[in-house]
Order: sequence, then structure tokens, then C-alpha cells
Amino acid sequence: MGMVADHEPRVVLSARGLGKDFGGFTAVNNVNLDVQHARIHALIGPNGAGKTTVFNLLTKFLQPTRGQITLLGTDITRTRPDKVARMGMVRSFQISAVFPHLTVLENVRVALQRPAELAVQFWRPLKTLNQLNGRAEVLLEDLGLTRWRDARAADLSYGRKRVLEIATTLALDPEVLLLDEPMAGMGQEDVRMVAEIIREVARHRAVLMVEHNLSVVADICHQVTVLQRGEILAHGDYATVSADPRVRSAYMGTED
Amino acid sequence: MARDTSHADEPVAARPMAGAVKIALLLAAAGLLIAAPFFLYPIFLMKLLCFALFAAAFNLLLGYTGLLSFGHATFFGGSAYFTAHAVKVWGWPPEFGILLGVAGAAALGLVMGAIAIRRQGIYFAMITLALSQMFFFFCLQAGFTHGEDGIQSVPRGHLFGVIDLSQTTNMYFFVLAVFALGMLVIWRFVNSPFGMILKAIRENEARAISLGYSVAEYKLGAFVMSAALAGLAGGVKALVFQFATLTDVTWQMSGEVILMTLLGGIGTLVGPVVGAGLVVTLQNYLATSDFPVTIITGLVFMACVLVFRRGIVGEFYASRLGRALGFTSER
Repeated sequence: MGMVADHEPRVVLSARGLGKDFGGFTAVNNVNLDVQHARIHALIGPNGAGKTTVFNLLTKFLQPTRGQITLLGTDITRTRPDKVARMGMVRSFQISAVFPHLTVLENVRVALQRPAELAVQFWRPLKTLNQLNGRAEVLLEDLGLTRWRDARAADLSYGRKRVLEIATTLALDPEVLLLDEPMAGMGQEDVRMVAEIIREVARHRAVLMVEHNLSVVADICHQVTVLQRGEILAHGDYATVSADPRVRSAYMGTED
Repeated sequence: MARDTSHADEPVAARPMAGAVKIALLLAAAGLLIAAPFFLYPIFLMKLLCFALFAAAFNLLLGYTGLLSFGHATFFGGSAYFTAHAVKVWGWPPEFGILLGVAGAAALGLVMGAIAIRRQGIYFAMITLALSQMFFFFCLQAGFTHGEDGIQSVPRGHLFGVIDLSQTTNMYFFVLAVFALGMLVIWRFVNSPFGMILKAIRENEARAISLGYSVAEYKLGAFVMSAALAGLAGGVKALVFQFATLTDVTWQMSGEVILMTLLGGIGTLVGPVVGAGLVVTLQNYLATSDFPVTIITGLVFMACVLVFRRGIVGEFYASRLGRALGFTSER
């Protein structure tokens, strides 16, 4: 791994003047964002602030109305979402995105198939894919899923589905990881475990996450961007942002 | 790599009977199909096999890709025209005639698929319907199809220059072999690395995209494969009946194959075969009676939708007996 580069802030994903209109409604406006290598960047804000829309814009699941997005030095403003994923930016979804009727192992293997060029062979038997088991099992072991290797993803607990989703994402070894509320609906135990996993994976890659759990944000995130009504309200480290009176009134809705 | 040898197999261990039961049923079915022409009218059996393969090809799309095409008659009937023309007018041997039909159907599938594939659900179905209607009018007007008359008295010829297909028994075993080959291709296709990606796309398309899969291209691949196999069935049918007809490119034919597949059970390999068997048998028996065929098949369809939501085979797989025997259904 890059021993020299990791402490030098390097922007891997940036957005300039990003905006999205739905009909006459402006969901996101003038968002500037710089996500750095080996840093965890949180995107927070009240419900309906446009966090998920920003995610969809950055990953190109939605086409922006205005602005420009750059990933690893390449302009991706008009790139298709699957291409963006192949370039090294992989996202998760707010609702757990597993393949429910595949086993845990198969879920991870689906991610491995494309880079291993084992995705289009319609003439080869399924057991061809067993050559990917070794790598998949290492990922399962890293994330504590080995016991559920052969369980159907649909039968996992909610927290484990989220962990499986992270395992599947990591299988692609992405440069930039976008996690949409990775801890939503989890118990305390799972939250701690997933926070630890995210901290670990962010040592060598950039993470941008939407998160409501502010103690997690305070704990693991280096940068915080606060969105309100589709625009950036504040930006900085957690201490700076949480001290900002505008953030306190917008986010908590209680302060003067 | 010591890791993957420890448990290299898929988790079938939970249902150890599955393999044995499936092989036994497969052998029984093969035995029945080999013995059948000595007890039943062979032309009827051949028709049944052609439609069974057609429905199984269609199910590759509906059941295993999650796309409802309302234009599959184009590939079935189109291939019948290509095969019939090549064999009758150009004097091609039957195997090359059928290959031309398959290639033609695949080409039509590529065009139709490329246009329709980026649309979802009902829009996809409507585009395939519209394109297949255009093809119907093309067949009505084009010279080589002979309009309402169709291409008649197509010679069956000699397979590989040796086997005389005008002998009904020879023809039957040829059709049976093609059917078996087609089913084998479908089975392999579904249980392959490509099939795994198709399954992933069906289960969660957005997630598949976010893992870098260009979903439209995978769907198009399945569409072309489905069209080619439907073409295989159509080409063989043209030789069986020695006739290529407008009936096989109508929208009713596209509807019929949907009916067969739903009746039998989508997302199962055997379902469409059973569904096709049921529909063709009903049509054959009712054709000689006073009952109106379409009304009876309509009633059967309604009953199935109400009672067997998963189709006949799908319902059996989901039943206690089916699960005890180790079957799983895709849906």
C-alpha cells in the first residue's frame, strides 16, 4: 500500500456547482464537495435535505441538471452508472441491497465475477465460479460472515445484510466507497462493528457516507458536510460543524 | 488455495435426495418420449415438442431474465419461413435450413432487443408487440412468404444426406434430439456464470449496476439467446408440418406462448414444457369437438391463475411433496 501518499490529502471525487431539478422543484443546488483519499466524509442533514439525491447524482444513477463531477481526475458528468462503478466508485443503497435468493457466498461472488472475467460465459458450468470461492471467503472472514456462508441472503438479520453489502462492495476493491446510511436500523452492537469496519476500510480508500447517527459521525468521520434543503449549510470537521449555530438550529430544530 | 477445496460444492447437502430424484424423473421422461411414437400420433407429439421448446425458450426471458416479450412469434414464425424457403427454394439440406432459421431469428432478436431493452415492464412488452406486428405485415407482403398461402409442401429432405426425414419415425427422433439439445442449452445457460449474473440482475437491478454490470447488454444477450432457441423450434416445426404459415407470426401466437409458460410455471425448466403440452393437447382434442377452443383454453387459464398462481410445475415445486423431493423454484 502507498506508505508515502496516505497522509497527503488527495481529492479523488469532487463536485462543482452540482444541481438537480425535478420539474420545477430544485432538489439539490450548488453543491461543492471534495472527497479525499483515506478519509471518511459524512454527509448529514435533516430528512429531505437531498442527501440521497446527491448520492444518486455522484454515482450517476441520476443525471445532474447543473454542475460537474470529477472522479480520479476524469470528468464523469455524463458517464453511465455501471461505467462509474467500473472506474472505481461503488455505492451502497439506503435499503439493503443484497441479492436475496443467492447465498451469502454467491452474493460476494457476483461482485468478483466481472473483474475476474467470469460473467459472460453462458456455456460453462456454474462450478467454474468455485475458483472465486477463495477470495470470497477471505472477505466473508474479514467481515465475520463465515458462519453464514451458505445461508440465503434473505434469511440474514438486517444488520448482517448490511455487512454482506459492504463485503460485496469491498470485493470490487473500490477507490471510492459511497455508503447510504450504512447503520440505519441497526442495534448498538452492530453499529459499533460496522463503524469499526468502515474505519478499517477507509485506511486505503475514500469513504463518503450519509449517516444519521451523530455519535458515529463524531467518532469516525474526518469531514462533515451538512445539507439543508438541497444546499450546503456548513462544512468542516465535526467539532466545527456541530458548534455552528445554523447547523444546530437546522439539524436539531430546537436551538434558538 | 487450500481454502476452496474444503467445501467446494454448492450447498446441496441439505437436500441429498434432490439429485437422485431428478435423474430418475429425467430418465422416466426420456423413456416415455422414446416410447411415445409407438402409442400416440407422431405428428401430434412432434408439434408438442416444438411448442414445448418454444415455450422453454420464451421462459428464458420471462422466467430467468424477468422480461415479458409480446413478440416472440416473430422468431418462431420468422425462422419457419427462413427454414422453409432455404429447404424448398434453395434446396438446402434440413440441418442447414434450420441453422439459417436460428441465425435469422437471432438477428431479428438482436434488432428487436436492441430497440426494446432499455424500456421496462409494460413499455417493453408494447414495443416488442409493435415490432412483431411490423414483422407480421412484412411477412404478409413479402414475396417469398407467399402471403396467406404460406410456404407449402416443404420437403423434409435427408438429414446429413443420409437419414430420410420423410419417414415419420426418423423425423420424430430428429425432433426429439433437437428438443433435448435445446433444453440442454437452456439448462446450461441458466446454470452458468452468465445465468448467475442474470439472476442477480433480476433480483436487484440497481445493485447489479452499482457493481459495474452493464445490465442492458446482459438482458440483450438473454433476449438474443431466447430468440435463437425460439427460432430453433420454429424451423423444426416448419419441417414437421412441411409448411410455414402466417399463423406462426401473429400476435396470437405470441400470446399463446405466454399462456403456455404461465400455465406451466415461469422460472422452472419443466414448467413451460408441461404448459405447452397442456395447451397443445387441449387444442388437439377440442379441434374435433364442438367446444370452442379459445373459450376452453381461456377458462383453463383463468382456473390456473386463480388456483395455481405459480403455474402447475411451480405449484408442485412449492408444495410439501415438491420441497421434500428437493425441488426449488426460481420464484
